[in-house]
Amino acid sequence: MKLLRELLFPLIAVIAAFIIGGILILIIGDNPIVAYKLLLGSALSWPDGIGYTLFYATPLIFTGLAVLVALRCGLLNIGAEGQLYVAAFATAWVGITFAHISAWLLLPFCFLAAVVAGGTWGAIPGVLKARFGSHEVINTIMLNFVAVALVSYFTQYHYKTPGDPIMESSEIGGGAHIARLGKFLPGFPERIPLNLAFILALVCCVLVYLFLWRTKWGYELRATGSNPTAAEYGGISIRKQIIIAMTISGSLAGMVGINEVLGYRYRYYDGFSANYGFTGIAVALLGRNHPVGVLLSAILFGMLIRGGIFVDAFTNNVTKDLVDVLQGIVILFVAAEALFRGPFSRFGLLKRSKV
Amino acid sequence: MLELRNITKRFGDVLANDNVNIVVKHGTIHAIVGENGAGKSTAMRIAYGFYKADSGEIVVDGQAREINSPHDAIALGIGMVHQHFMLVGTMTVAENIVLGAEPGSEVALDLHKASADIQKLSEEFKLAVNPHTVIEYLSVGQQQRVELLKALYRHAQVLILDEPTAVLTPQEVDEFFAILRGMRQQGKTVVIITHKLTEVLAISDEVTVMRDGRVVGRLQTKETNAAELARLMVGREVLLRVEKPEADIGTTELAVRNLHVSSNDGARRVNGVSFEVRKGEILGIAGVEGNGQTELIEALAGLVSAARLAGEILLEGRNITRVDARSRRELGIAHIPEDRHQRGLLLDFSLAENSILGVHYRQPVVSANGVFLDNQAIRNRAKKIIEGFDVRPANQELPARSLSGGNQQKLIIGRELDLHPKVLLVSQPTRGVDIGAIEFIHRKLVGLRDAGCAVLLVSAELEEVTALADRLLIIREGCIVGNVDPKVATIEEIGLLMTGGH
Repeated sequence: MKLLRELLFPLIAVIAAFIIGGILILIIGDNPIVAYKLLLGSALSWPDGIGYTLFYATPLIFTGLAVLVALRCGLLNIGAEGQLYVAAFATAWVGITFAHISAWLLLPFCFLAAVVAGGTWGAIPGVLKARFGSHEVINTIMLNFVAVALVSYFTQYHYKTPGDPIMESSEIGGGAHIARLGKFLPGFPERIPLNLAFILALVCCVLVYLFLWRTKWGYELRATGSNPTAAEYGGISIRKQIIIAMTISGSLAGMVGINEVLGYRYRYYDGFSANYGFTGIAVALLGRNHPVGVLLSAILFGMLIRGGIFVDAFTNNVTKDLVDVLQGIVILFVAAEALFRGPFSRFGLLKRSKV
Repeated sequence: MLELRNITKRFGDVLANDNVNIVVKHGTIHAIVGENGAGKSTAMRIAYGFYKADSGEIVVDGQAREINSPHDAIALGIGMVHQHFMLVGTMTVAENIVLGAEPGSEVALDLHKASADIQKLSEEFKLAVNPHTVIEYLSVGQQQRVELLKALYRHAQVLILDEPTAVLTPQEVDEFFAILRGMRQQGKTVVIITHKLTEVLAISDEVTVMRDGRVVGRLQTKETNAAELARLMVGREVLLRVEKPEADIGTTELAVRNLHVSSNDGARRVNGVSFEVRKGEILGIAGVEGNGQTELIEALAGLVSAARLAGEILLEGRNITRVDARSRRELGIAHIPEDRHQRGLLLDFSLAENSILGVHYRQPVVSANGVFLDNQAIRNRAKKIIEGFDVRPANQELPARSLSGGNQQKLIIGRELDLHPKVLLVSQPTRGVDIGAIEFIHRKLVGLRDAGCAVLLVSAELEEVTALADRLLIIREGCIVGNVDPKVATIEEIGLLMTGGH
């Protein structure tokens, strides 16, 4: 029952977004039913549709979890974008620099590089907030610019294969590649880039849940987010929690680099992120700040990305910007929840339990 | 004037109002009393259009009326002042008062007219406030006057006041009552929701008593007394005095030497305070609120950073001035904070999760591996506290937010007393708590004292500190200005020390 209530609102938001999107498609001059059939059909077909949908969902699970952990501590991490860039570059750097060592060593190193680099980049605004009280929103935004510029610089001037016209690094060592799921799933072709990072993302959902709701550390982190003065009263160091939350948040965002570099392109490709960090905020919001919700909403967003490409190609007027429009409307609805509770409150289900 | 007839209202499974009938006569001050959760606020919110009754009707001036929103209520001359003020802190008094009922044309706001109107109203009702002052700079008592003016500005004939004195100092209460009497003289009708019996007897003409969603008594104030009202409210005989045996005082547990505490902005709040609390005694600290009590208690609990502290705090002779909050708890200092929403509770967390705050990091709440929370142990602990301290509703999965103030307080007290502390710091233990629970809390505090705990009690309720304390210190402007025996000293004497003779 509780679960149902939690799910209901995001569901209404999504349906409402689709209805409004449908009206827009009509205005543009296409048939919304055809467009939506195309969207869902291409996103859910086996194996390509589902494979790509989950592939697109993978980075969003990581960034959604990253935003979630910070939010549970009362912090808004807008810096997942910067954190994942730094992490992707770091993991590529390790993969290139130590290309020849044994895969048994290289792979863990590459993993660690992504997690540590993302975590460090996240920890910086955490420390700044804990130590000086400067606002994490400002600092994470600023660090996004720093991160993007920094990794572009290194790619351009130090790690590009000479003569390559594309802004990308040279290739990482073969030992650092992680397997695509096609290798294990019969009937699932290996050309689909869905890789073990997706499994890692699922594991992270479970770990984040266990951490936040089953450990004493998670209790402290959530208590800080819920009421910092009461947490302090309970003997919890708020400063410490801020740093811990931002570090974990950055590490989770950093794992996007594992999917991108170790599982997909096998090199650092500049500007690879399609705003994964920012979409992560929407994923966390729509997912009600819960790992299960994040997983579901990341998959929904993955479907939209995958389907959007087909809608773009096979309709006359609708472009894949439709996806952005749908995302935008979903977020608007989720954000307007308080407003929505008014007229809908008589239906009981939406009401917050009063007693 | 205002009449509620057969009002019934349910929230889910809870019957908040069960066939409630209340008659408020024109030009009277009518008190509605009852414990928290008795349904008095619900009834009045229905009259004000906040909630809609499931059945029953509201009669205003002899006519049955449909009140669907506060807007309707205001149009019928019903105004309400809530316990938590609804003012915009950064706007001026005048701007706040006219908010939503702005004079002038659609586009231009005529603040001059507003100020003049407000000035006139405040003279008429002796509600002295400057319309141009920004709300933030006003004291709580003054803010309350602004709320009253807001209702009067909208031509309220009936004013419903929800726990209006909960936030006021004793002096402010007297002034406030004078204002209410003035309003009655001007022909206004006042409904005051409260659970403080002394106030009911002091101010009201008629009383309606509620219990468990029902009206259980309608009385003329002149013809009743505190004991009768208390019995009706609680449904059994209530001891209004605190029964306590002679104190068996032992050695010094907590000593404070020349303690200075400053606030975040550097202002000195505690100026060189020294005292001792001994085993088996309750040391009371009385003072007008805002004279350093808050900072003193927070400093003793370890919630003030070292940079803002000077002096020494000794626990059993050991200097703990630099020891953090967690370690102080481990050393045996428990703390019942003055603001349970700010400090005491994680309102969105369940009762179970709240019951472990402060011990959440160690066994038995954490399992033997030192990492994972042991849900069974948490449930047991929560159950023990909820049962032992009669927290209602006794459902540990509910968020703390959903409990009444008294039950929230019982949860906190249960949690802290379960630590079996050597020293208990307790601040305003019964603020916003109903009488049944007050009696219970007082008994628990005395019981703890008799078990040998050193209790330091800060309370704005003079009657409470004088009744509970074995020794009483009076604090003013961060200094101890008096040390009296509460058995001997009179309220007037203590009041004089508190205010410095003004």
